[in-house]
Amino acid sequence: MATVVAVIASTHHPFYLKASTATGDERPPFADEWVRKITAFRETLTRANPDVLVMVGSDHFHQLWLDNMPQFLVGKAPFYDANWYNEEREFGLPRMFFTGNEDLSGYVLREGIDRGFDLAFSNELRIDHSITCPIITLRPEADLPIVPIYTNIFAPPLPRPKRFVQLGEAIREIVEAWPSDLRVAIIGTGHLSLELGGPRQFGPHGPDPEFDRKAVEWIANGDVDGCLGEVTLDSLHAPGNATHGFMDFMLMMGVAGAGQKADYVDSLDLFHTMEAYFTWYPNGVNA
Amino acid sequence: MSKYLVDKFLYTVDRDPDLVERYREDPAGTVTWWEAERANCVLNCHLGEASTWLKFTDAERDALISQDHVKLFELGAHPFLTLTLFIAMFERDNTEPLEYQKAFGARLQHFDLPYPDIAT
Repeated sequence: MATVVAVIASTHHPFYLKASTATGDERPPFADEWVRKITAFRETLTRANPDVLVMVGSDHFHQLWLDNMPQFLVGKAPFYDANWYNEEREFGLPRMFFTGNEDLSGYVLREGIDRGFDLAFSNELRIDHSITCPIITLRPEADLPIVPIYTNIFAPPLPRPKRFVQLGEAIREIVEAWPSDLRVAIIGTGHLSLELGGPRQFGPHGPDPEFDRKAVEWIANGDVDGCLGEVTLDSLHAPGNATHGFMDFMLMMGVAGAGQKADYVDSLDLFHTMEAYFTWYPNGVNA
Repeated sequence: MSKYLVDKFLYTVDRDPDLVERYREDPAGTVTWWEAERANCVLNCHLGEASTWLKFTDAERDALISQDHVKLFELGAHPFLTLTLFIAMFERDNTEPLEYQKAFGARLQHFDLPYPDIAT
């Protein structure tokens, strides 16, 4: 059976690449610290020595649109092109290209459907920065095959937070049951408190530092019950109008398992939003 | 209300470099053309299989023509779509970093929770 060698949850900040490569007057004052933190975070994946990456993210109205919107979708393709014109335009993200692992994609789909998740699929998926950002931060060589899994955190009606946790739990079980000797890392990205297109956007911090503090604690401690006790679809409007992206963190808490403390926790308070980085080694760091 | 159609306009313009420029330079002409020629295109279908019923309300059409992002927010347009397209059109006029983004937020300061419903 496959081995889950690392579970990683992260924010996906589309400006990291631009900030980290800027020079001279263009380089923001926080760039050096950000690069140091990302470099340390990257090492938590590198040391796990994965063969395949399951990548959980959310399409930002690129390929998935309101005329045909899936709640959860698994990519099943031999290859994936990545990043879109408007991400190149706004964030300076380059076009990227990945190999897929169709066998694992097919296994996740079959087993997921059999476990009660009516997963949508795509045989031609162009992925966006919710997946390419963590590749840029954690595996910039972009040399490992991926299985993309998209969630709807964007276009109401959304699945409830508990469903994200349950899907995470199922993904973990399914990957561990995959008949393969490959080493799999499961990586997912979301947001802490975030406001986009509303009055609280682009402030000196995230829109709700108190929510961010609690969120980091829930994730770091694997406190699924505490988190589910406070977080609802309605409550997520209060910390910021794009905070439903936090449900992808909740999905990753499901992958890591209730009560599992993260082996690595870091954060960085930036303008507009707080960055947060978590790694679990389910089978020990030397698995 | 046709929030879906407003979102569809923002979405289809934002993803097309030529339309972004056209909307910036000629908002009234672009909105009028788009509503007549593009509003009913089902994005994944042959043009012969277009819808027949989609049109803006007067308030929506006026908000798009006047590029009034505050009104679009009030009407429940998806704020991510509005923000992304408007940054594409107007960030280039910044004289300092994030100037447009901050002004965009400042113009919305009179909104309290709950914000206008964005469900389509």
